[in-house]
Amino acid sequence: MSHDTLTPAEDLRVPSQGGEHKAMTLNVGPSHPTTHGIVRLLMQVEGEEIIDCDLEIGYLHRGFEKMCENHPWNQCVVYVDRLNYVSPIINDVGYHGAVERLLGVEVPERGQWVRMLVSELMRVCDHQTCLGATCMELGAMTAFLYLIKGREILWEILERLCGARVTTSYSRIGGLTDDLYPDFEAQVRQAIADCRDINAQVDKLMTGNRIFIDRTKGIGILDRATSISYGFTGPMARAAGIQVDVRHTTPYLVYDKVDFEIPQCSNGDCYDRYLVRFFEMEQSLRIIEQCFEKMPKSGPVSVEDYTITPPPKERVYSRIEELMAHFKHYMWGHMIAPPAGSVYHAVEGGNGELGFYLVSTGEERPWKVRCRPPCFGITQAMRDMVVGHTLADVVPIFGSINMIGGELDR
Amino acid sequence: MKKAVRGHAPDADALKERDQDLLQLLQSLLGDEIQSHRHGMDMLELVIRPESASSVSRLLRDSEGLEFDYLMDQTAVDWLGRREIRFEVVYHFYSTKHNRYLRCLAPVPESRPEVSSLYELYKAADWYEREIHEMYGIRFAGHHDMRKLLMYDGFKGYPLRKDYSMKGRQPLIGPGSRQES
Amino acid sequence: MEVSQGMVEPFVTTKLDKIIGWGRKYSIFSYPFVTACCGMEYMSAACSRYDMDRFGAGLPRFSPRQSDVLLVVGTINQKMAPVLRQVYDQMCEPRWVVAFGACTVSGGPYNNYAVVQGIDQVVPVDIYIPGCPPHPETVLDGLIKLQAKIQHQKHEV
Repeated sequence: MSHDTLTPAEDLRVPSQGGEHKAMTLNVGPSHPTTHGIVRLLMQVEGEEIIDCDLEIGYLHRGFEKMCENHPWNQCVVYVDRLNYVSPIINDVGYHGAVERLLGVEVPERGQWVRMLVSELMRVCDHQTCLGATCMELGAMTAFLYLIKGREILWEILERLCGARVTTSYSRIGGLTDDLYPDFEAQVRQAIADCRDINAQVDKLMTGNRIFIDRTKGIGILDRATSISYGFTGPMARAAGIQVDVRHTTPYLVYDKVDFEIPQCSNGDCYDRYLVRFFEMEQSLRIIEQCFEKMPKSGPVSVEDYTITPPPKERVYSRIEELMAHFKHYMWGHMIAPPAGSVYHAVEGGNGELGFYLVSTGEERPWKVRCRPPCFGITQAMRDMVVGHTLADVVPIFGSINMIGGELDR
Repeated sequence: MKKAVRGHAPDADALKERDQDLLQLLQSLLGDEIQSHRHGMDMLELVIRPESASSVSRLLRDSEGLEFDYLMDQTAVDWLGRREIRFEVVYHFYSTKHNRYLRCLAPVPESRPEVSSLYELYKAADWYEREIHEMYGIRFAGHHDMRKLLMYDGFKGYPLRKDYSMKGRQPLIGPGSRQES
Repeated sequence: MEVSQGMVEPFVTTKLDKIIGWGRKYSIFSYPFVTACCGMEYMSAACSRYDMDRFGAGLPRFSPRQSDVLLVVGTINQKMAPVLRQVYDQMCEPRWVVAFGACTVSGGPYNNYAVVQGIDQVVPVDIYIPGCPPHPETVLDGLIKLQAKIQHQKHEV
């Protein structure tokens, strides 16, 4: 479809072509089936070959920072959730980890284990969605349906845990909204078994599939140095042979108490990215299993200081002190106000290092909430990845970068 | 009601200790470029001059013992009404070899909002700087392309400045907008 | 509709409007204009667990000219609004628009400089599905309500 209201093609940075070349400008997006996410690709193509590509983003810019600056610290969770909507709890954990660092508060041990457990559940969801969508775009509808079935199993657990399937708001400043429900462990263990089944099926369908290998192997290669220059983290970096993982380099929560491996590949093509994500799911499931063995079976999940976490409702309705504490959480003039300062706290998101840079002036509103979106640099590198390839290769490349509009455009 | 223990993160002192040698190295390499430094609760902070941002980063990236190969994040803060120098561009560097972070702050006055660009050094800086430009109106000297990134062409003003109202919606553009119908 | 028996061949009497509406409501070809978080729930609603195909809306068409229901799934900001309008203008009559999720209904939690406060400022909307994001069952409920609307409206031939 044509967009004559948008930037005309002449404005683009494209090398001027001699009279003999017949370069054509091709516009893909912003609403296009191959772009699961909204991004506009303006490509110069010569026949099937892409000679230049420019990206336009911002179609999902929702003013995340402005919203956070105008809300109290504990209400930003709503906006933080919607950054990476495929793995919202990891965002929550990252943001709240940063706020707790500003406050100088440490979450009780069980709370940390639960946070880690649900983060890993979300990582499985994230990779399932990413791989599923990539497979579907390459024509493997069955793998997509299987993987979404797996995600549905995990979302059912989330729904019981915190009442929402996508936008969870599960973690809070100083802990979690609630403890795990009674038969959580049994249900998750069943889900792990189911996910392993599904992964095995998808593995059989895809990993050795000739068509899939032909379309992904050697496609979208980006070497180590360029990847670092673009700031690649997460599965994309690990597929290019860079050993970065926040869970290992600067362990947060209790990642130093569990045993897990970090899958590494070296080619940096779409197939390696698929493999890294695939093996990461298994590692995440391993972490979850270890959580059940190692985590404290009981104990508080939140800080029991009512100036930091809201008191439980049954106490609010029966005791005056807790009632006052409750009101203080939600009334301007009495809310949480971390001491002035700034902090950068990073967690390993589904796409890589998800950092939060918070600036506090000692007021009830954050002065600045900056999110370092992992797929920002990766999407930026799209140009380097597609140039020289054919048009059909855009689909696996775009699938492998796992662009999430919410965190890219914020 | 129990009182939670408040204070610095338990690893703050250890971090300060660990960063001592980094600070010494930086002081010997950068000298006067460092206007001041501070041990933050998470990492070492340097204050640098905006015009020397790119030369400092070059040293940070290439000097032996530093090797900050990642530009993890780049953003800006608007200190309207709080500080004399209104803007501040914030860089977060990360070194994979030494596994440590470094934060650099470059205060930028409103009268001359210009910083030297890191585009030549880190490819990641391209979009970061375009974003800061459209959100805060800070120019980057040496950047090849300062088009808008997240907002659209007809948008006026810099939305993340503190004096831009949160609900400052501008008229819709293109077909279907009210001016047209 | 009535099925008359007792003749040589059974036949059906109905109004033209009713039979066209009946045909159209079970052959919805949707254009999923997916932008944000709601897309995740759209995926769930369209996949095997909730399966929109049971209601005759299983096949998404990614060309506006082939589709008759525009599903606007996710936040529409000021930059995206002209694109949405253009996609709508490219669709053939009869066409319907579904606002999927709080952001498309009213701007949702984003009352700020960037986000359009409800897509009805840009295109006319037939069904609003609330929720942030709506549960797939809510989506199916919205779809059934859209079908009822299609059934009972006047169809130009």
